[in-house]
Parts: sequence; C-alpha cells; structure tokens
Amino acid sequence: MTANAAATGPLLDLIDIGKTYPGVVALSGVNLSVAPGEIIGLVGENGAGKSTLMKILGGVVAPSEGTIRIDGAERAAMSVADATKAGIAFVHQELNLFDNLDVAANVFIGREPRYGGLLQLVDTKALHEKVTPLLRRLGADFGPATPVANLSLAQRQLVEIAKALSLDARLVIMDEPTSSLTASETARLLGVIADLKANNVSVIFISHRLQEVERCADRVMVLRDGKVVGRLERGQIQHDSMIRLMIGRDLKSLYIPPAAPPRETALDLAEVRTTAFPGQTVTLALRAGEILGLAGLVGSGRTELARAIFGIDRRLGGRITLSGQSLEITEPRDAINRGLYLIPEDRKQCGLLLDFSVSENISLANLPAYARATIVQGDAEDRNAERQKTKLNIKVPSVATQTSSLSGGNQQKVVLGKWLSMSPKVIIFDEPTRGIDVGAKGEIYELMRGLADSGVAILMISSDMEEVIGVSDRIAVMHEGRISGLLERGEFSEDRVLQLAVGKSPQEAAAIKMMMGA
Amino acid sequence: MPAMFKKDLSLLVLILVVGTVVAIINPRFLSPINISNTANLIGLFGMFSIGMGFVIITGGIELSVGSIFALLGVIFIDLLVTYEMSWPLAVVLIILGGTVMGWLHGFLVTKAKLQPFVVTLCGLLIYRGIARYYTEDGTAGFEFGMNFPALEWVTTGRAFGVIPHSFIVFILLAIVMGIVLHKSVFGRYLFAVGKNEEAARYSGIRTDRIITAAYVISGALCGLSAIYLAMYTRSISPASHGNFYELYAIAAAVLGGCSLRGGEGSVLGVVLGTILLQVLQNLVNLLGIPSSLNFAVIGGVILIGVLADQQLVRRRQARLAKK
Repeated sequence: MTANAAATGPLLDLIDIGKTYPGVVALSGVNLSVAPGEIIGLVGENGAGKSTLMKILGGVVAPSEGTIRIDGAERAAMSVADATKAGIAFVHQELNLFDNLDVAANVFIGREPRYGGLLQLVDTKALHEKVTPLLRRLGADFGPATPVANLSLAQRQLVEIAKALSLDARLVIMDEPTSSLTASETARLLGVIADLKANNVSVIFISHRLQEVERCADRVMVLRDGKVVGRLERGQIQHDSMIRLMIGRDLKSLYIPPAAPPRETALDLAEVRTTAFPGQTVTLALRAGEILGLAGLVGSGRTELARAIFGIDRRLGGRITLSGQSLEITEPRDAINRGLYLIPEDRKQCGLLLDFSVSENISLANLPAYARATIVQGDAEDRNAERQKTKLNIKVPSVATQTSSLSGGNQQKVVLGKWLSMSPKVIIFDEPTRGIDVGAKGEIYELMRGLADSGVAILMISSDMEEVIGVSDRIAVMHEGRISGLLERGEFSEDRVLQLAVGKSPQEAAAIKMMMGA
Repeated sequence: MPAMFKKDLSLLVLILVVGTVVAIINPRFLSPINISNTANLIGLFGMFSIGMGFVIITGGIELSVGSIFALLGVIFIDLLVTYEMSWPLAVVLIILGGTVMGWLHGFLVTKAKLQPFVVTLCGLLIYRGIARYYTEDGTAGFEFGMNFPALEWVTTGRAFGVIPHSFIVFILLAIVMGIVLHKSVFGRYLFAVGKNEEAARYSGIRTDRIITAAYVISGALCGLSAIYLAMYTRSISPASHGNFYELYAIAAAVLGGCSLRGGEGSVLGVVLGTILLQVLQNLVNLLGIPSSLNFAVIGGVILIGVLADQQLVRRRQARLAKK
C-alpha cells in the first residue's frame, strides 16, 4: 500500500534530542536515524527515557533541545497533527480503543466516510469495504463489525495496527506490543512486522522481551538514564549484550542473600480459586523470612490471585491459612487486621490517594491508632510519617507534601511506609518497581530483604525477568490461572521461567522458539 | 487545606459585598426583623444542606430531599393531630424515618450498585407520590387552636425575640458536623472514599459503610429539617411542599466548594453557600425584583460564581506551573 518506496534518504532523523523536566533530565543527546523499511529495536529499563522519546516523536511533548528531520526537512517542533501527517503512527501499550464501538468505527474514528450532505451520516458500507482488506492483510480472524469489547488483547492490537495502516503510516511505533500476548500471538505479530518491513514501512519496536527484539530488529538502540548507551547492528544483537547495556551491571548483583533460612509457613493457600480462572486452583505455601517471586505472563492470573487473597475480589473457593489460623476475608480490612498487606500494581490508582499528603497516606490504613476519641491527632500522624520518611529514605521536603508531586520511587516508599507503620506478617508486592528509576529500585529490594530478614513473608509478583530472578529466594510461575512450576534458587534461569510461564515443557518451548525464529 | 480556606474566604467576601450593596439600596435589609427572618431561613435550609454536602463529598447526590419533607411532614402532623402522639416521640420517629430512608439509599447505592442519581430520583418520585396519596392530595395541617408550646418553642421560637432557634440549632449542627468532617477518622475516610474509592478500599477502609453513613446522616438531617419546616409552614400541601429544596441544598454545597466529582468540600463552605443563597432570595424581595425572577437570579449568581472560581483556580495553577 505504501507508495513512498521512492524515498531514499532516512525517513526520520533525530539529532541531539534532549528533554529536561524541572529537576530531571529525561533525555540527552539522543541521535537516531530510521531508514524506510527498517526495524529498530528500542530497549532500556523502565525510566530509561523510552516513553519520553516516543512522546517527542508523536508530537505530544516538545524536545528541550535538538532537531527532528522528516524526509530531510527540519522541524523545530512537531505537533500531534504533524506527526500523523508525516506518517508516524503508534500502537500503544495501553491500547487506545473505544470498546463501546466496533472494529471498523475504531479504525476510522474521526475519518469516517460520510454521505447524506449536511446530515453527515456514516457510510457504514464504504467503511467496511475499507477496513476488511486491512484486517485480511493482518490475518485477523474477526470482521469489521465485531464489537471491540469482544476482542482479546492480541486482536485489539491488530485493530490498532490496522488503524496505523489505514493512515498510510510509514513509521509504526510499537510500545511493548507483545507484553500481553501468548507465544503464538507473538509469533503472528512478528509476522505482521516482517510484512510491514516488506512493504517498506519502518517500525520502532520497544520491548522488554529481548528474544523478540533479537528476532526482528535490524538495529537496536539501548537507552539508560536518558542517554544512548549502546547501538547494536544486526550481527551483534544478542540477549546478553542488550541486558548488559540496559542495566549496566551484572544480573547477579541484585540478589541479597537472606540472613537466615526461611522459617515456618506464614501464608498457606489451599486450592484457591479466583474469578479470573474459576476452573483452576492455586496451592502455594509462603514461608516467613523468604521472598517468593511469582512470575508469569500478564493475564496469567497473578494480580487476580493477590486481589482475592487480600479481599478486593471475592474468592470462589479454597482455604487460606495465615500463621496457622484460617483467614476469613470479605474485604481488605479483614486481611489488614491479620497483618496481610498488599502493595498494588497500580500505585497511582490503588496504592495512594494522590491528593492526600504523605502523612495522610501513611496513616490511612491505621487511622484510629492516631486518633483520640475518634478525633485524628495530626501531630501523631506527622511523627510517624517522619519516622517512616527517615527509615525508608523518602525524598520529600515535608510530610505535608501532596504525594502527587513525588517521583514513582518515593511514592512506592510512601505505600510501603503505610504498611510498615503497622505489624506486617505477609506483604504481597505486585510489580513493586514498575515505573521506578534504577536507583530507587535497588533501595526497594534492600527494604524487601530487610523485611524478610525480620521475619515477614514476601510474595513478589513481577513481570520483570531480571527482578524475578535477581530478587527471589524461590520462584513460583503461573500460567493461565494455575501454578505451573516452583523453582528453587539453584534452578533459576530465564529460559526455565519462560517455559513455565507459557505453560510448555522444555521440549515444546524449544520447538516454539524455533518455529518463531524461522 | 489552605486552598479550601481561600475559597471560603472569597465566598465570605462575596456575601459581604452583596449584603452591602443591598443594604445601601434598601436599608431595610439591616432591620432586626429582616435579619431575624433571613437567619431563620438560613437555619431551615442549612440543616439539610450540610447533609447534602456529606453525600456530595462521597461523589453521590441526594435528589429526594424535597419529597422527604413532604412525606415526613404530613406523617408528623398526622402523628400529632390524628394519633395525638406525644411530640418528643413523634420527633424521634420522624428523624428515625429519615434515617431509614437515607440508609435505604445508601444500601441501594453500595450493595445494589445503582447510581446515586437514579436511586434518589426514584426516591423523589416515590415519596412525593406516597405523600399525596396519604393525604388524598389534601392539605395536612394543625387544627384551629391546637398548640404545642414546647415544640413550638424549640422549632419556631426566637431567643431574645430575635435569634431564631432554627438558626441556633443549625450553627450547633454545623460546628458538630464540621468537627466530624474535618477532624474525625470518619471525616478523613469520607474524603478518601470520595477522592478515590478504589485506593480507599486498598487501604482497608470499609467504603460501603462510609458511603452508606453519608446517606444516613443526610437522611437524619432531612428528618430533622422536615419537622422544622412543618412547624414553620404549619400546613403542608404534599404536592408542593419542599419542591426544589434539594436544588437549594446542591446549590449551597457547590457554591461552598463541594465538587460533584467527590472528595472536596467543607462544612464552612456549605454554611456560607446557604447564607449567600438566602441573602440572594432576600435581595430579590427587597429590591423589588419580580419574584418570578427568583430562580433566574440565583442561577445566574451561581453560574458567575463558579465561573469566577474556575478562573481563579486556573490562574493559581498557571502561577504554580511558572515556579
């Protein structure tokens, strides 16, 4: 479909791009040139500056310095409309689809073919005629009239890509496109990317899944702390080299060994069933003093398990025992009263009240303890918040500061401070370092180990392979709602975790890998 | 909350400005009898507006207020007149009735997961209908010569002949509810639930109970107000008694800084909002503006007030962003 094959020079040139937010250098000195039909892998840890770079490309934020050239023409600043006109399209990590509309309506939203003069009626027939070939090209197994609400995540992604194609995109930027896909869906997506390349469409592929980057990228750019720390050409793109550049240190250094061997079982799950996978049961024992990593793909039911244990969702069945006594939960308060705490995945929506101060957030779960005759004593709250601030090294001018103004790492420490002001027996961390910079990550890991050593049992849900392998004493892997394997520290390897996460035996997984590589 | 305080302050300034203007044009505004009457109305409308503030802070709304006044009002008069019940018992029963209605609304909102607007809209229709059926659309009132001296002293009496007891009760209520909202554990939970129910739940707050409690408080205050209003009007025609009163309460709460999105508001704000509304009512009367324009004036002033406030907030944010 692209008639732009005539273009010879680079499609896009970024020269010395930098972006500074008050107090933070998000990007500096980034150079990137994208040729037509080229697939660029962009890797880097959370907070490395990938999303800032993408926002600049999409015209959402303006760079503080540097030049953008599109087809050789210089642009000081680019608006969203400019980016679209230049043929830059996004497939976002959080899909931007209207799930109350059907596929065709989503693909052509705002650009619907119309008829009926002033009435501006949507020409559904013409719309479907335009969308159908796009879907066929992507190998979609659904039609233009399917409601988006009925589609799986992988199918929704295809809708986004169809939208990009319908815009005659010459550069498609995919942000973590495979993070929620199954192995076969991923293989199909990589096929679509190869097809785009064959049609001279360029792709910037941002992913934590290094195997996939390895398979599809022509070149890889590695970002760390806002700077380009490495560029790899086709022959050099290897998993280990990328990891080394990304984290700038060895994987092993993350692990802090426990001070003492784990003690008695603290939390015992027996045949627990959740609403996400009613047909599956989870049986798992968590010991005091250990960090048990819970790995698995997004959508494997880990967060739902945590929510059911903590009482956010109703548990469909099974027994939970905490410190030898059965745990009857109808709401989070029941779990909290027994010393079982959850640090949720979505910090801003669930973990914190962003409009509340640091102090108010820390006292919220245990407010009656700071009250006399039900009147809250502000100074008692502040004293405790100050203690947590010192203990956890929360970087904030005052405990009266609104938490919305804190960085991700400091916000997470506030959530932690809330629970550490009480008496934890079991803490479930759901993606404890998502969106947190590297330095603060290390601090969080140290705090987790310190807690474990003091006798707290820690269940750490994480999709970050480095984190799971680097921090856990044992790893339980979930696949489609059940525990597909339990690994002791000596057995840890990325391959092993991944095999269990996709629910395959080692042989099957190797076969899938070969098939996908082909 | 300094931002909140600033809002209250600007509302106070607005009240003083409007008051001064009215006083200059028509000095009768400051006559003891006018002030006393206005204070009485402020008391009557303020009591249930505080309850509305609580509900709005949870992110909800209570539309059935006016209909509750009609229903509880006719029942109250019936209890005293037909059943010759002792008045303290009747008062307790009526407040209890309001409490039960509030609890029912809270239950439907939190357990049946219905939208507050829908629940209380149905309440508005149902209670009004029952009130009219109950009296066969007739007017309920005290028979000639019937007197309840103690009850009348409590409700319509005036201390030193000028300070209406309704106003005193309202101020006492405002102080108590102000402490509950701004100082107590429950108040903090209320703001937390209104701001972000999900995060509140993750912190172990029993959000359903907190939300239900807000409707219960509102219902109880409506019960109390129903008695005061019944004693003020002395006769109730159930088709019109209390019509639109919920809108006065919503207006007072919004003027006073309650956000309909929940999580924001103050009792002082609601008090000042109520005062401003009654001063405006008074203005319409005293300045000889046709009373048919009553609502239009109030609506216009609220609109201008909210617009100006929005502008101030935006300017403050711009100033913060510049820093």
